[in-house]
Amino acid sequence: MDKTKTAALRIFFLILGAVFVIIGLLDKEYINVLNKAVRICLECIGIG
Amino acid sequence: MHRDRMKASGRIQKIRIIIQLCSAVLCNGYLAGLKRGRLFTGKTKAFCVPVLNCYSCPAALGACPIGSLQAVLGSSSGRFPFYVLGTLMLFGVLLGRLVCGFLCPFGLIQELLAKIPVKKISVPKKADRLLRYLKYIVLAVFVILLPSFFRNGLGASLPWFCKYICPAGTLEGGIPLMLLDPGLRDLAGPLFWWKVLLLAVILAGAVFIPRFFCRYMCPLGAFYSLFSRFSLVRMTADRRTCISCGRCGEVCPMGIDPVHQISGAECILCGRCKDVCPASSISYDLPLHAHDPKYRSSSEAGHGASPG
Repeated sequence: MDKTKTAALRIFFLILGAVFVIIGLLDKEYINVLNKAVRICLECIGIG
Repeated sequence: MHRDRMKASGRIQKIRIIIQLCSAVLCNGYLAGLKRGRLFTGKTKAFCVPVLNCYSCPAALGACPIGSLQAVLGSSSGRFPFYVLGTLMLFGVLLGRLVCGFLCPFGLIQELLAKIPVKKISVPKKADRLLRYLKYIVLAVFVILLPSFFRNGLGASLPWFCKYICPAGTLEGGIPLMLLDPGLRDLAGPLFWWKVLLLAVILAGAVFIPRFFCRYMCPLGAFYSLFSRFSLVRMTADRRTCISCGRCGEVCPMGIDPVHQISGAECILCGRCKDVCPASSISYDLPLHAHDPKYRSSSEAGHGASPG
């Protein structure tokens, strides 16, 4: 992969990642994450 | 071979162990949780940490990205996980698999286990190559497809990877909570013991095959490996100065040939190869070096094949 392509892909995914995070924040997806993370996940610990 | 591996304790490794320990403490710094057997419920839990770190660990201060991805994909709202995926993409582009080498607490545990002085197993090349694809299957099937499409009557799904595989969840969440909470202990059934067995196999595997879980099973490593080609932090091996001594390959915890596969999908950028290279042919290729002719000339050699 040449350097121009590498740099272009890097910038593309940086922008895409940032856009995704912003959309997720506007959509309040972080609340889903928070709600899951503050309660014991029974599946994660092997009893769910 | 083993003697060389033990010798790989150069400057980068000393810095790396400090960073690994700091990362483990930052991700799991809620010590009161370990005392009371209760989870941290502060707002930092809305933030996905870059590493595989169970959010049901009583000491966890952040959210596990793989658990969060399954939680959003499997929620009854059926929304696309923009926030989690975007966060993972940013970590992937900015750090790539440096996360595995420098930040992951489960990686650190495996590295400590690999220090146990027993004869290491050399996996036959063909089997090794095939097994390395397993982590992509785990990512696609257990983290994405099953939570997305295998739903119950209410439209929600299970976190399949967390439930049936994740050893970090058992080690950091399951076992401590079982020890601290007698009520939970009473609920432990065949599923818990399956996870304990799998954890034991994975930890034993890490004693004989360094970074066993990272090599073959970790879905987060599989995700970051997709960004290895163009992540901001990379390493390069200058083939013009390489004397083909093979020391880099002997000390590599991921079992790759750094000369040809450095910064490839399987390289976790740990720098052990750099520490032992007698010709100083291996270097970190940071954005700060972009205009330095020394690094510019050597970087062409860094585009290795992958995986395996």
